[in-house]
Amino acid sequence: MIISGNAVCVRGDNIDTDVLYPGAYLNVDDPQKMAPFLFEGLDPKIREELVGETVLVVDENFGSGSSREHVPQAIRASGITCVVGKTFARIFYRNCFNLGVPAIVCPEASAAAGKGSVVTVDTDTGVVTVDGQEFQARPIAPFMLDMLAAGGLVEWSRQRSA
Amino acid sequence: MGHTLAEKILLSRSEADSLAPGDVVMVRCDVVMTNDISGPIAFRTMREMGVEKVFDPAKVVLIPDHFVPAKDVRSAELQKVLKEWAAEQGVVFYDQGRGGIEHAVLVEDGWVVPGSVVAGGDSHTCTLGALGAFGTGLGSTDVAACLAFGEFWQAVPGTIRVEFSGEKGRFVTGKDLILAVIAQIGVDGGTDHVLEFVGPGAEALSIDERLAVANLAVEAGSETGIFPADDRTAAYLEGRTDRPWTAERSDPDAEFARSVRIELDSLPPLIALPHSPGNVVALAEAVGRRIDQVYIGNCSNGTLTDLRQAAEILRGKQVHPRTRAIVVPATQKIWRAALAEGLLDVFAAAGCIVSTPTCGACFGGGNGILAAGENALATTNRNFKGRMGSPEAGVYLGNAWVAAAAAVAGEIVDPAEVL
Repeated sequence: MIISGNAVCVRGDNIDTDVLYPGAYLNVDDPQKMAPFLFEGLDPKIREELVGETVLVVDENFGSGSSREHVPQAIRASGITCVVGKTFARIFYRNCFNLGVPAIVCPEASAAAGKGSVVTVDTDTGVVTVDGQEFQARPIAPFMLDMLAAGGLVEWSRQRSA
Repeated sequence: MGHTLAEKILLSRSEADSLAPGDVVMVRCDVVMTNDISGPIAFRTMREMGVEKVFDPAKVVLIPDHFVPAKDVRSAELQKVLKEWAAEQGVVFYDQGRGGIEHAVLVEDGWVVPGSVVAGGDSHTCTLGALGAFGTGLGSTDVAACLAFGEFWQAVPGTIRVEFSGEKGRFVTGKDLILAVIAQIGVDGGTDHVLEFVGPGAEALSIDERLAVANLAVEAGSETGIFPADDRTAAYLEGRTDRPWTAERSDPDAEFARSVRIELDSLPPLIALPHSPGNVVALAEAVGRRIDQVYIGNCSNGTLTDLRQAAEILRGKQVHPRTRAIVVPATQKIWRAALAEGLLDVFAAAGCIVSTPTCGACFGGGNGILAAGENALATTNRNFKGRMGSPEAGVYLGNAWVAAAAAVAGEIVDPAEVL
């Protein structure tokens, strides 16, 4: 699967899901209505950069803390197609794949990207291209690639229940 | 090559004949739990998966606890969805006033036994490792798959062996032990790993204190945290459950990713300073910080043990005029036990607010939100920026002795000076 978009960089290590989507708004259950609260506790202005298809570029242990799926739901609803980071917190990482928004571990690509960089990810080969420069991402388990190819855990499960 | 405790549990709940860290396996759930936040999204998602009925109604538990009692109409609607869906599916439902904070309820009511797998729509499902279970926190889409099929996908984690040696001192609790671990390995030191708590210091901990230790495993980034079952576990489960279980532990030749040792003899009470659970200092280094709100409760430290510790400090004393104190027993049963012991009256007489069980202010849901410039000392598990309200507020994490002492002094203080 080839995914691309313009980089929106959210810098800093250990950015937690509380600042990405504060607890006060967890009583929202419609993903479209979650999108306006993404980054609310960090910097609401980041939302202004989410125009068209974008790739979120992050640093270490991104998405730590709560299991709230509101973060990747809001990410998907905001047109972010993929997250490229140095490392990810576990629940956030699996939530992303479940929703069909791959979280790609590639510290070198994260470091190379700047605001607006054109980022392309080939999930099958693991090659991440940042403004024409190629980097190799850490491998993704075959199961997760299958799930991603299906479109996420919902679609993968639909095929299973059919 | 032998297996770690976590690997043994995953082997027993999957089709795999062998496991290695990184392998993805489908893991069967003994219990699936969700709440008023993760639940409604999961129910809708289960239908999107083409499934109308849960895999096994007897294994599904719904517990409204986050925005309870409902703080506004939107929260009330979510709780209504939970209740109606429970009736429609015929699953177990702990209504408000009959349960409490989900992880504490599951443990207290015998849903959790050593070696079992519990999938929960909340990151602190790792709390259940206090009883030797593999409790794992998942997002709503994962929970939907668990509700539908009774399974989740899991990349086999490595195990970090955490040994507590020696004996802990006065005013040191399970909370301090796990803060010491997080301080040592970092807030992402446990990523892709399970923390297994062993050694004389682990064996000496009561189940209530083990709950606090396991609860904060996720604050080190871990998949979960787990105590091998022992005599204390057996005594705790006696009369609480009729689920079969056996005490397992890691094989002597199991391969651990690494080992960490915490010396309890020299461990002081600890404080996590704003805004990270990894920002840990000795209590002495935090003494004198002004505290506007003390919060004693949540899924890690709202146990009867915590309430007894707090009451020992607050008995016959008054909460400092510049401070408000909120006490939140974790479950209805703990609330009633605290009432019967006279603890709730100790708190009320001291000028504390005594609340019904709720996740409440711990995650900024309600019931004690902080204003800009305010500081709280909380027995909770996260002090991220804005977690309990204003991003300009500061949250200090500490144990129940330290929290109660701060309520009396109006600032962070050594409990010995207040008692």
